[in-house]
Amino acid sequence: MYGTRLRALSIATLITLTGGFALAAFYAPEDADQGFMQKILYVHVPLAIVALCGFVFAAVCAIQHLRTGESRWDLRSYVAIHMSLIFGAAVLITGSIWARASWGHWWVWDEPTLVSFLIVFLLYATYQPLRFSIEDRDKQGRYASVFAITAGAFVPLNFLAVRMAQSYTHPRVFATANGGLEPRMKVAFYVCLLGMALLYATLWKYEMTSKNTSAQIKRLRRRLAGDEGALPRRSASPTLEST
Amino acid sequence: MRNVVNGVLRRDLRIDTRTPQVVPGMALFSISAFVVFHFALQQRSVSGNLAAGVLWVTLLLAAVLGIARQFVADREEGGFEGFLLAPVDRTALLVAKATSLFLFLIALEIVAVPAFLIMLLGPSPQEFWRLLLALALADLGIAFVGTLVGALAVQSRARDLLVPLLALPLLIPLLIGAVKISAPVFGGPVAAARWPWVLALYDLVFGLVAYAVFDFLLED
Amino acid sequence: MIVGADVTLPDNAGYVVAAYLVFLVLLLIYVVIMATKLSRFERELTELNEIAEKRDEERTRSAA
Repeated sequence: MYGTRLRALSIATLITLTGGFALAAFYAPEDADQGFMQKILYVHVPLAIVALCGFVFAAVCAIQHLRTGESRWDLRSYVAIHMSLIFGAAVLITGSIWARASWGHWWVWDEPTLVSFLIVFLLYATYQPLRFSIEDRDKQGRYASVFAITAGAFVPLNFLAVRMAQSYTHPRVFATANGGLEPRMKVAFYVCLLGMALLYATLWKYEMTSKNTSAQIKRLRRRLAGDEGALPRRSASPTLEST
Repeated sequence: MRNVVNGVLRRDLRIDTRTPQVVPGMALFSISAFVVFHFALQQRSVSGNLAAGVLWVTLLLAAVLGIARQFVADREEGGFEGFLLAPVDRTALLVAKATSLFLFLIALEIVAVPAFLIMLLGPSPQEFWRLLLALALADLGIAFVGTLVGALAVQSRARDLLVPLLALPLLIPLLIGAVKISAPVFGGPVAAARWPWVLALYDLVFGLVAYAVFDFLLED
Repeated sequence: MIVGADVTLPDNAGYVVAAYLVFLVLLLIYVVIMATKLSRFERELTELNEIAEKRDEERTRSAA
């Protein structure tokens, strides 16, 4: 069962994220250099951090899957990557808007975090096609886990390389994360970060519950209507046969 | 283990010397790419960062070609299954495959780098050892990542599509480092001295990752 | 905006609004996807309930 604490988690998300955005709007002062525009930070950076942590979480689940061979770990890894990709799309779009607002271009190569995020996003976008193109269920899960582990190891290396490649061009314009934020901004930022992490957890649990429900319905259908009642599969997501 | 590595390696090399496919293909591709760059950039010669970029993009794409072909011969001729049935260490296959890809890449570069110097490079190269260092470190990384990606993609239906989609993003940090190290050879700016270490770290990490996960790609 | 009644927002405030809108829109798209999934579950469960009821009826008829 995945839906047990879903309601409590949803309420916590609602309160924290709304509170965080409210703090960002009314409590945190305007940035001296960037002015009002800097408020994008409170949605963009937490999204990015949470998406990356989601990828790492997926890699950990994939390791568990390879060690134990249980398909529920594969499902966890799959859902984590799925959610992180959605968060990642939001990161790229909000980052692009920020670049447009502060430099007048929709895309700049001087912002190493955003560039390396794009590379990571491109890599993980291949996860679903990889799953779809392998027929054998067991093999599909194993190969997907190998991919998740490789990509998880790639994330920090990629950040290191891209950041080093561009450090000479620009002084850091954005006061991201811990560096140089005013205390009141910091409070708002951390509340937003917590809210975003809770949102990720809620959506992850939500998706897991949905997958579990669908598996239960399929089992029920097989019991009541026999094999001829089974509907053809349309997705490459892992199946739960024995929960 | 050494016997297995030797056996697989020798067979791979023999296949490619008897009916040459991979290495001549990669070499031809690289020369075609230089011609394409000449017309696309509308320049008789290139130098500095641009030269490093042209050379490394060509080498990277040629390497992707090689990666895509790496396990195909095994699969078509049933060598893959034969190996799976044999009670040998899976790591041996990784070592053998990575070594053969490494050797193929060196063979490619023996053709492609002189061709580049003759066909496209403007200034005469200086401090040539930097290029050799970059090539050695990059080849090692490509060998590990390529073997991993090739093995990941070989079982899938969309193999030809997946190999470049997986390999190119994975190789971007390597490309950055290789370009930074080798740019001074072509008259570009000298980059920080820590870049070879970054590449070495990349090689180490992916060597370890490949070692850790390769077994699971061959279980059946 | 009540507090900002006498404050004029800077020109590029639209971008900030746009960024938060992107977040909201993606969340709403997710809600739509979950809604379709939920309605599919409902349909399937209704169907399965009908099958189960039919089966019960047959059982009571054969018992009688």
